[in-house]
Amino acid sequence: MSASAAEVRKRGPIVPSLPALLRFAALGLLVAFLLAPQSFAPVFAPLTQYGAPAIYDQGNLLMLTLAHIATACCAAAASTVVAVGLGILVTRRSGAEFLPLSRTLVNIGQTFPPVAVLAIAVPLVGFGEKPTLIALFAYGLLPIFENTIAGLQSCPPQVLEAASGMGMSARERLVAVELPLAMPLILEGIRLSLVINVGTATIGSTVGAKGLGEVIIAGLLSNNTAFILQGGLATGLMAILLYDTLALIERRICRSAHIQ
Amino acid sequence: MITLEQLTKRYGDSTVVDAVSMVIECNSVTVIVGTSGSGKSTLLRMINRLVEPSSGRVLIEGNDTAKEHAHLLRRRIGYAIQGHGLFPHRTVAENIAIVPRLLGWAAPRIQARTDELLEVFQLDPCTYARKFPHQLSGGQQQRVGVARALAAEPAVLLMDEPFGALDPIIRAKAQDDLLDIQRRFGTTIVLVTHDMDEAFRLGDRVAVMSHGRLLQYDRPAALLARPADPLVSRMVGMADRAMRLLSLTTAAEAAVPDSTRSDRTTDDPVVSASASLREVLSELLWRGAQAATVVDAGGAPLGRLSVADILARGRPNG
Amino acid sequence: MHDEVLALSAQAGGKLSAPAAYLRGFDRLGVVLAACAAAGFICLPFVVFKSNRIVPGDPRGVLEVLPMWAALSCYVVLSCDAAVALRIRGARVRLVAALIGLGVVLLALAVACNALTPQGNKVVRIAPGAGFWVLLIALGLMATDAITRMHLRPRTRVLSLVVFLAVAGLAFCHGWFDNVSIMREYAVNAERFSREAQRHIWLALGSLTAAVIVALPIGIFCHRVPRLRSVILGTLNVIQTVPSIALFGILMVPLGALAAAMPLAADLGISGIGAAPAVVALFLYSLLPIVANTATGLQRVSPAAVEAARGMGMTSWQILISVELILALPVILTGIRIVLVQNIGLVTIAALIGGGGLGVFVFQGIGQTATDLVLLGAIPTVGLAFSAAVLLDALVEVMDRGRR
Repeated sequence: MSASAAEVRKRGPIVPSLPALLRFAALGLLVAFLLAPQSFAPVFAPLTQYGAPAIYDQGNLLMLTLAHIATACCAAAASTVVAVGLGILVTRRSGAEFLPLSRTLVNIGQTFPPVAVLAIAVPLVGFGEKPTLIALFAYGLLPIFENTIAGLQSCPPQVLEAASGMGMSARERLVAVELPLAMPLILEGIRLSLVINVGTATIGSTVGAKGLGEVIIAGLLSNNTAFILQGGLATGLMAILLYDTLALIERRICRSAHIQ
Repeated sequence: MITLEQLTKRYGDSTVVDAVSMVIECNSVTVIVGTSGSGKSTLLRMINRLVEPSSGRVLIEGNDTAKEHAHLLRRRIGYAIQGHGLFPHRTVAENIAIVPRLLGWAAPRIQARTDELLEVFQLDPCTYARKFPHQLSGGQQQRVGVARALAAEPAVLLMDEPFGALDPIIRAKAQDDLLDIQRRFGTTIVLVTHDMDEAFRLGDRVAVMSHGRLLQYDRPAALLARPADPLVSRMVGMADRAMRLLSLTTAAEAAVPDSTRSDRTTDDPVVSASASLREVLSELLWRGAQAATVVDAGGAPLGRLSVADILARGRPNG
Repeated sequence: MHDEVLALSAQAGGKLSAPAAYLRGFDRLGVVLAACAAAGFICLPFVVFKSNRIVPGDPRGVLEVLPMWAALSCYVVLSCDAAVALRIRGARVRLVAALIGLGVVLLALAVACNALTPQGNKVVRIAPGAGFWVLLIALGLMATDAITRMHLRPRTRVLSLVVFLAVAGLAFCHGWFDNVSIMREYAVNAERFSREAQRHIWLALGSLTAAVIVALPIGIFCHRVPRLRSVILGTLNVIQTVPSIALFGILMVPLGALAAAMPLAADLGISGIGAAPAVVALFLYSLLPIVANTATGLQRVSPAAVEAARGMGMTSWQILISVELILALPVILTGIRIVLVQNIGLVTIAALIGGGGLGVFVFQGIGQTATDLVLLGAIPTVGLAFSAAVLLDALVEVMDRGRR
């Protein structure tokens, strides 16, 4: 009985679970497709008509993917800095006057479709990467800001009381107690924001940003289903893998800091 | 009369209730008492088939409950639980009306019954019928919970730790109310608790359970006088069993009719007929008096109780 | 305990530096809003004059475009608003001030556009400038803040929304804003606009309805069989993670194949391009929030209530309908609210694959670099999503009352 239990425990990490296997397979597929897209030509060929190319040929898929990720990450990094800062500000006593409004704004902001933010940014800064970055930045603020406020406000009052009672200054309390306790929620906000960015960056291609959206748009314009599917699958896989990876990192960070 | 025959419940390898047989008298209060995990709740829940027995039978008035649809059976058995389980989205009146509605009573009859029960439980129908549970205090919620269980005039009322969530003062009041209501409606009550004091206070008969087995099922005084098992004597409390015994008898039952009025000094404390001997003794000790005068609710003297009379009652065969 | 903390901070507040101490008499939010509005009003162009719809325009300040009396009254009203924002904390006063300010700014826009448009000229476009938008946002924020702090009851909120929409509708019908560039675009596209707007609503509501019908049973199933819960939610979460445009694209392939293989499907309007992939994609996106919220809502139902219901002899069907689902309804409705707002936004993207909807104007506008056309698509979309959010939030609150 005990021997078999030990066996099971030993076997646990060696045999990965089905979802993990699927993810590894997806990662392998994505990397293979990006490095050697032409080898997938036979798969996509049946989807093309009138001898159109089966694999996207107007740019390097790998470079497009990297540009796509870079755009999403840059915007998310900027959103993180600003949103966490604002979140801290409105939860301090001196910023309390902004708190009710900022909550409502988060609510209203979520009713703005990402594409509207993008479309409104174009007339301000012209076509290209810039409107995409601005739209991603603005739209990415919401989840991080919301979660930062939620995280900071969910700190148990007894813990804060104890921290003050031990003589911590407001700043020490923020850095040593409040932010670490709010970390899981803040990280979740960043993850949501990044995944939304990957999706919205695709639409960015309609205003001339470099990214995998280009492939889909090219497919739509030339009526080439193969392109649409390539772009769609690559973006979808990328988003899922990114989401999972960030969730994993989140769990690692929280576990190493012993935060639930 | 409810008869449990070799009632057993097993979950996999573990036996939660082990071949329990007992006969529950009509119009009485039977308390099942035991530590947590003793199987007392499971036993209770097998009576209305919230838990289906693994083996054994439950007979109500001689009819096997297994032969009836479980939900139809439950509609004629009242059921009240700890934390009351009131529906938060229904008003007090709607909560009480649930089983009558399920049984298809006519609206005027439901209305009349709801008002009657609210009055019995000292909740003014005009004020409380339309309130929602969250607008009531804990004690009021509990009373509505019991009223709801009694709504369809069940002959049997099952109660699972009904007073567990109440504070001591409200709990004592709720226990008194329950006894009043039992007398008024003549309901057969089966109540589960882990609190031995509650068991002694409420139970005409007490069943003590441990690890799924029924250790002893008897009148409270008998449990104290002749515990069938070392565990029973430990649970009823060896140290203050005499006091427990005293608490089972009221002053009215023990009062000695007073023939020689001249004995009575003005210093004698006056105690009410419903006080337990334990309370009378405590009062005498406190006052440093030797005897007390027992009076009824109207203040008319019923007799006297001396310390010696009380001490005699504190012995097993007293 | 809180009082002590406040008292301590108040002591610390005594040692503030001079400017901070000076600012203490002012509402901080008011300071920020008034500063932004003043900068926008004075430094930024109020309108942009364009000789046709796509050329970059010529910025004009308030004084250049408004008659003297109008400009002066604008200054007076906005100065009063700034004073209210800075010094008065009462929410009602602030709301009234903000609403008056909004009205004045909108009227000023109408007056400016009417004054600048040459008689009978259909080519010239007068677009709202950055200054106008800054004022609109600042006053809008002031009103929003006041409304938030007034904690309006759900019915009042819905009523306010209706009144607001009615006033806006009236103003548009009377043609006050006909010379504003966005309304010029509307005039050109009026027929198409109402068609696409209706289509937009149908796409959003249709996919929502289908999702509710399918997701409710799945949510109940998740609640009943906890082992499958994480598998189902995980799968739906993966779908949710796929970017919308990618999902639209991926779905075009099987739906196109279906239409090609089955003439019946094609007759029903299913094809790789158009509404079908849009509806299917929106439906798939909608599943997760509704399933997750149904399961969570059912899980949160007090076990004592369910136990009592069983004990009283309710059948499991009766318990599900009249106890569990009713009690879970506010949480389920919250899921539906999320989905509806999300769908209204996502339908915009369906325009890319020929699904129609208000996104048509957005993408056409992007293609023609015609900002006004973009706004003609974007503003109603936001308005729809916002109205849906207000309505459903109010509904959730009404349902939630008396439940705790």
